[in-house]
Amino acid sequence: MPTPIDRNMLQRLIAQGAQLVEVLPRAEFEEEHLPGATSLPLRQLTAETASTLSKTVPVITYCWDFT
Amino acid sequence: MSKRAAWRLETLGFEQVHHYTPGKEDWMAAGLPIEGSKASIPRVGSVARRDVPTCRLDERVGDVSARVLAKGWDLCVVVNEGNIVLGRLKRAALEGDADAIVESVMEPGPVTYRPHVVAADAARTLSERHVESVLVTTGDGELIGVFGPEDAPSP
Repeated sequence: MPTPIDRNMLQRLIAQGAQLVEVLPRAEFEEEHLPGATSLPLRQLTAETASTLSKTVPVITYCWDFT
Repeated sequence: MSKRAAWRLETLGFEQVHHYTPGKEDWMAAGLPIEGSKASIPRVGSVARRDVPTCRLDERVGDVSARVLAKGWDLCVVVNEGNIVLGRLKRAALEGDADAIVESVMEPGPVTYRPHVVAADAARTLSERHVESVLVTTGDGELIGVFGPEDAPSP
């Protein structure tokens, strides 16, 4: 079950090598994104597009806010 | 959206999935660095004057006023021990009853901007509303500094 995390935990997981994924449209990612994040828009999220990520390393998704 | 994406990744076989629901807004509101084509645009958090004087609720206005005015400021931010903004003292209060306690004369809950607001946009808005300055805080309310229209870099 996916786990909600706050900013402190996010920074801790990133320091430990977690994969950070922005799921907003690509154009928004290009303008501004968290350091080291990968763009994987929700509308294009498939087994094929997600294949660039490791399934055994923690993954963190984020968008703009709580929406 | 991040939660749905996290669930989708889990159905695709990802073993440890988390969602940072507060998202990019929370990150930027904390004044943390970003990357991308707009990352270098000056934001209020990067140009705010961080040396704005602060004081505590229980201080005597006369004591606060002496050190604030001596530094050339005409405002003082009221903060708690965690540097969380509780109020603001403007010039009228600083020049008022010296024996008053800060809490009794401060402006409570002043308007604040988050640090990721584009400086040029903020400067335009403040100028249009004839506002001299606004406090800049993190999303958690921690003081970063004070920003006025003149602080925005020239285009």
